[in-house]
Amino acid sequence: MSTRRELMLGALGGLLATPAWGAADEVQISAALSGKSALIRRSYRPPNYETPLADLAPLYTANESFFVRYHLALVPVLEPGEWRLSIAGSSLKTPLTLSLRDLKSRYEPVTLAAVNQCSGNRRGLFMPRVPGVQWESGAVGNALWKGARLRDVLKQGGLGADALEVWFSGADRPVLPATPVFQKSLPLERALDENVLIAYEMNHAPLPRWNGAPARLIVPGWMGTYWMKHLTEVRVEPKPLESFWMKSAYRLPAGAFPGAHFASQETPETAPVTELLVNSLISSPATGSRITRGKNVQLAGKAWDAGAGIQAVEVSIDGQKSWKPATLGKDVGRYAWREFSAPLDTSSAGTLEVAVRARSRDGSQQPRALTFNPSGYHNNIVQTLRLEVT
Amino acid sequence: MRVFTGAGLLLYLALSAAAPLAVAGTDDEGAMALKDGPGKELTSGMCMVCHSLDYIPSNAPAMDKAGWKKTVQKMRERYGAPLTDAQADTILEYLSAAYAGKT
Repeated sequence: MSTRRELMLGALGGLLATPAWGAADEVQISAALSGKSALIRRSYRPPNYETPLADLAPLYTANESFFVRYHLALVPVLEPGEWRLSIAGSSLKTPLTLSLRDLKSRYEPVTLAAVNQCSGNRRGLFMPRVPGVQWESGAVGNALWKGARLRDVLKQGGLGADALEVWFSGADRPVLPATPVFQKSLPLERALDENVLIAYEMNHAPLPRWNGAPARLIVPGWMGTYWMKHLTEVRVEPKPLESFWMKSAYRLPAGAFPGAHFASQETPETAPVTELLVNSLISSPATGSRITRGKNVQLAGKAWDAGAGIQAVEVSIDGQKSWKPATLGKDVGRYAWREFSAPLDTSSAGTLEVAVRARSRDGSQQPRALTFNPSGYHNNIVQTLRLEVT
Repeated sequence: MRVFTGAGLLLYLALSAAAPLAVAGTDDEGAMALKDGPGKELTSGMCMVCHSLDYIPSNAPAMDKAGWKKTVQKMRERYGAPLTDAQADTILEYLSAAYAGKT
């Protein structure tokens, strides 16, 4: 399999045409993300770019504006015809090697809508501030994903009775050999969920290069960290994955948040992030907007959860003293987000302290106060904005 | 690790030779530069082996000296940054002086 990795070094690239560490087959200089529209840069290398709020207005987030998140600087360029996926492991009876054509032709294609959200979305809005990529509200998007069910592939290989976790590896690589490669795992029961896909299309187009081409894992209802991009290896194993990215990163204080358990990765002190929490975003109007008195203005946005479905979205314009229900848009699937809108009362001049909160059918509701955690995950507090009616 | 030392040294020398160009809102990594101060060249050269320098100013609001100490330690122990103790000290002193913006 030929793997071309692109190392973005800006003006220094010329000096490093032949990298001494030998990790890249070919080095290119790139000053922007090819195929992407203007995104908000949080870091250049590894590339971390978030979607501007205005681009989150459509029901499906466009591929060119979907957020980009990498941990490691060597981002692969995989030739779809040469890409192979290895299905193996101590708890798999018959190992398989699949081409993209195999994945598309041998298994029933499934299309579903799902929200992909970074665990650290809105980390940059934590108070007190915490280190990490300083995401604001755009490390999230909703797309139509098409692919093969992971469980159809695993069942073809045959599961051993001792299977505990399914381990995933992608093709992105660190610059230094000593840096841990990005690997994640799922509990077996989640990996076998009918909604977990090995996706090769996003919004009816081949997966974009910066979102995991040619195939990535889709784990609806679970955080983006499990949605392994540039998937190359799946292993069924009888023991927990001992990866930095499971054992040290993406951890929460034990019991601090709701969400599915991942028993084989929990300790008395900490637990891995798992499911999304109920959340919402306001895509318009933008905070700080000036509105002419009496003008017809609709508040619009999105609400989502881990798959129970959104029960209600409520809007307050008086600093969270009173709430009125917003109108919900079409339900396009339990793992997708739901559009909402509400007319704003602009009949009197002054400041509107707007707040939006979503409630899930599982009974959970966006909290008013942040649950602090040192890595800045799960910021799903009530969304607020301030508007001036003049 | 000798191989890396070569690459790190190359980056270090490249940075020392390059005229710093501070351009706001750019996607050109070569134009990213850290604030002046003792240890700037070493910090730039070593950190940018694995990541662009924009991580440093963007994290400043979350950082005090203890925060940078933890981060430098994490880069050495978790991510395998091959720094000597003396280099780690220089980098920590530089970051704490130039990029500790925690309030």
